[in-house]
Amino acid sequence: MSSIPKEHDYIGLSEAPSMEKISDKLSSSSSTLSTEENINSKSSSTSLNLKETELRLGLPGSQSPERKLILPAAGVSLFGKDIDTNSTNGYPLGPLKNLVSGVKRGFSDAIVGSSGKWVFSGSNGSEKSCVAGPAKKDDVAQSPKPVLEKNSQVAAANENSSAPAAKAQVVGWPPIRSFRKNTMASSLVKNNEDVEGKSGYGCLYVKVSMDGAPYLRKVDLKTYNNYLDLSSALEKMFSCFTIGQCGSHGLRGQDGLTESRLKDILHGSEYVLTYEDKDGDWMLVGDVPWDMFTDSCRRLRIMKGSEAIGLAPRAMEKCKNRN
Amino acid sequence: MITNKKPRSSDTDSNYMRDDRTEMSEDDDRSPPSDSIANGSCPTRTCTPGSGSGSGSGSSSIPEYSAPYPDRVLENVLENVLWFLTSRKDRNAASLVCRSWYRVEAMTRSDLFIGNCYAVSPERATSRFTRVRSVTLKGKPRFADFNLMPPNWGAHFAPWVSATAKAYPWLEKIHLKRMSVTDDDLALLAESFSGFKELVLVCCDGFGTSGLAAVASKCRQLKVLDLIESEVSDDEVDWIMCFPDTETCLESLIFDCVECLVDFDALERLVVRSPSLKKLRLNRFVSIGQLYRLMVRAPQLTHLGTGSFSPSEDVAQGELELDYVSAFAACKSLVCLSGFREIVPDCLPAIYPICANLTSLNFSYANISAEQLKPIISNCHKLQTFWVLDSICDEGLQAVATTCKELRELRVFPFDPREDIEGPVSEVGLQAISEGCRKLQSILYFCQRMTNAAVIAMSKNCPDLVVFRLCIMGRQRPDHVTGEPMDEGFGAIVMNCKKLTRLAVSGLLTDTAFAYIGKYGKIVRTLSVAFAGDSDMGLKYVLEGCPRLQKLEIRDSPFGDTALLSGLHHYYNMRFLWMSACRLSHQGCQQIAQALPHLVVEVIKHEDTVHTDDYADTLYMYRSLAGRRHDVPKFVSIL
Repeated sequence: MSSIPKEHDYIGLSEAPSMEKISDKLSSSSSTLSTEENINSKSSSTSLNLKETELRLGLPGSQSPERKLILPAAGVSLFGKDIDTNSTNGYPLGPLKNLVSGVKRGFSDAIVGSSGKWVFSGSNGSEKSCVAGPAKKDDVAQSPKPVLEKNSQVAAANENSSAPAAKAQVVGWPPIRSFRKNTMASSLVKNNEDVEGKSGYGCLYVKVSMDGAPYLRKVDLKTYNNYLDLSSALEKMFSCFTIGQCGSHGLRGQDGLTESRLKDILHGSEYVLTYEDKDGDWMLVGDVPWDMFTDSCRRLRIMKGSEAIGLAPRAMEKCKNRN
Repeated sequence: MITNKKPRSSDTDSNYMRDDRTEMSEDDDRSPPSDSIANGSCPTRTCTPGSGSGSGSGSSSIPEYSAPYPDRVLENVLENVLWFLTSRKDRNAASLVCRSWYRVEAMTRSDLFIGNCYAVSPERATSRFTRVRSVTLKGKPRFADFNLMPPNWGAHFAPWVSATAKAYPWLEKIHLKRMSVTDDDLALLAESFSGFKELVLVCCDGFGTSGLAAVASKCRQLKVLDLIESEVSDDEVDWIMCFPDTETCLESLIFDCVECLVDFDALERLVVRSPSLKKLRLNRFVSIGQLYRLMVRAPQLTHLGTGSFSPSEDVAQGELELDYVSAFAACKSLVCLSGFREIVPDCLPAIYPICANLTSLNFSYANISAEQLKPIISNCHKLQTFWVLDSICDEGLQAVATTCKELRELRVFPFDPREDIEGPVSEVGLQAISEGCRKLQSILYFCQRMTNAAVIAMSKNCPDLVVFRLCIMGRQRPDHVTGEPMDEGFGAIVMNCKKLTRLAVSGLLTDTAFAYIGKYGKIVRTLSVAFAGDSDMGLKYVLEGCPRLQKLEIRDSPFGDTALLSGLHHYYNMRFLWMSACRLSHQGCQQIAQALPHLVVEVIKHEDTVHTDDYADTLYMYRSLAGRRHDVPKFVSIL
């Protein structure tokens, strides 16, 4: 092996002194690096204090000091959070948030959401973070609001659904794919509830069905700011469906409706846009303020006008009740 | 020892390479792409046929410099010959000979492999290769599987499907890994390729059962529909019912990852009218009683995924009385068994009749104990691939080691993937496997505790190891007997396993471990590092010492700009580098971007983090002929 190069130093930083010890070790061929030298090399090379993680008879400890020192962002893991409930280092965790477990290959935290929604209140996340003992298998019970990434469309359990015993959990570690994690979770709990409105931290996917259309679509309500945006998006989305004559995959239906025709129909009396709210009631879209709508909407349905009679009054009532 | 490879002036060779093997993770070690097709490589060296074959005197009298008319006879000969070349390494070599060979090779390449969908644009690929029948695309880097990549990062299939729809209407096969595929994409696929035969989606997402329905109904020649560990949303469309009513060409139907109910009667009818069906992997919504019915209909199966392998809730009694043993016995060709998603261990004995024939057994969703495993595994003498949960404990692994002398691949997954629990498997199991399964080539082993001694033993007992992935789940755990770092164990692996090309390390590791890797890991192509190393030297050892390194993924390790810069000589030879939660500054990344124009340097930002300093959250960089991609989301900046 070539000698440890010191001059590969494009930006003028000096090498850590510890490497010499390492190169000595190497050139004298396989001698085991003693633990002491480990400690020395570690502490001299960086400011990492890995002593806490070495030579332990027990577990390395409840905090993850190495993570904090590595990460610039106040000890917060890259796309996830450390729950550092037992930290003794006093290292501030910056925006101390509970572990937001992403779902599937989704990335749970690349989300813009108001801070109020970050708290993992009541869900298994926060409970788990405080549990120090061995977690039971039920820790993998699905949170009713699994965090979703924008692309994912399937209901699934929390990503890091296994309970963080004493140690802070880290996103993506151990490296098990979400499908496997979710599968083990569901085989434990046999909980197959299908969550209709999957609200996440910044994602709000709801299914949109249209009477007569061959299949559902999904929209993320968070991508719209008002009813107008939503309805134009829906018009575009469903304009390919011929009303009353949908082939199996009428994505590019030959007799497809034009956008304007659909719009006419929607604005006319033939179809109305309705939604199912948290309580399971079907309401007309547009009656309540937008924010309230996104909060309570679980599912959308473009319904035939004839079926929508009688929805409006209920909506207003509910609105009043809430306020 | 490190040869500084000069960029060879070839057009995107490295991006099109595919190994002979069908394994998707194969890499290439070609030189970097450089945009010099017509300019650099063989400017004036048109192909005067050295062999003289076929070149009539007529053509040689015409000066070739302007050469829009290649030597037709030669090209015909070449074409006939080059059709036989299947290995992409060979093909890339052939394409470098001269312009004529380049052209003919491009015309005769039928399998297009793109290891990184952003390394080349669809237009460019389709314009160079004109007669492609099969396209393989890989998208996101592997760490995206573990939530380390924000959603909507990219790897969209859409531009590829539209380009190939125009360029290759005769396309037969599409194989995608870690791509974002939408229902619209699938619908376009179904519409555009009338002779479409094979669709394989591995770790993909973005689509649902409606997309599957499109494929099922329109692709009348469909032989293979394989969905492997993909996320499929439930659009409430019964896609199984969308297969045509006539006899189908189906040979393989794999949908074990589809988390929604299918109509069983429709499925049964489909199986009945698919006489060529050899591979069937059911999802967990198929009960064991239903499985029975299917097996009776399809005794010719070679690969079976058993679904839940438990009785359905309502029809319990009837199901338990069925003669499962006979059903399995009747499947004389069965060699590969998987599923067992919600296994009732009492049902296990049903598979006894076929154990002796099995070459592949996947119990990785079956929570069974050593005692339950033993009667099964003791008959599996021919087993070569075994995936299992650690619920079988070290004792179960010992049983495997006793019987499975032909084992080539072992994967031991954790039933409970937490960090601080006791853990049922350990160095004992690893040691036993190493002693019993000498032909082992690939191992993935999750555990809570490990010793250097056991890893060293494996390095000596299993010299054929090509893939060694050890995941000690507790971060930075040392050897639990000696308290030392795991350096020596991994060092022994790279030292003794001369065929090793893929390595994943874990546990407490100092820079020494990386020094070993750099010193001995001369053919390592893929390296995964997490929570390891002390300083920049660790990464430097690897970048300077491993000339064949293609894919390097690192997370949460203290490597900084100095280390990053030490790899400048090598990055064009790599497919990608991923570094997240390390110590890279934006300046450092910028320097790389400036030094290497054909490298796309993405810095992926976690919006929510309070950035107290200038460290980059995630660096993902890859060579590319396409330059900056056009679908960059907001949280990604390309330097």
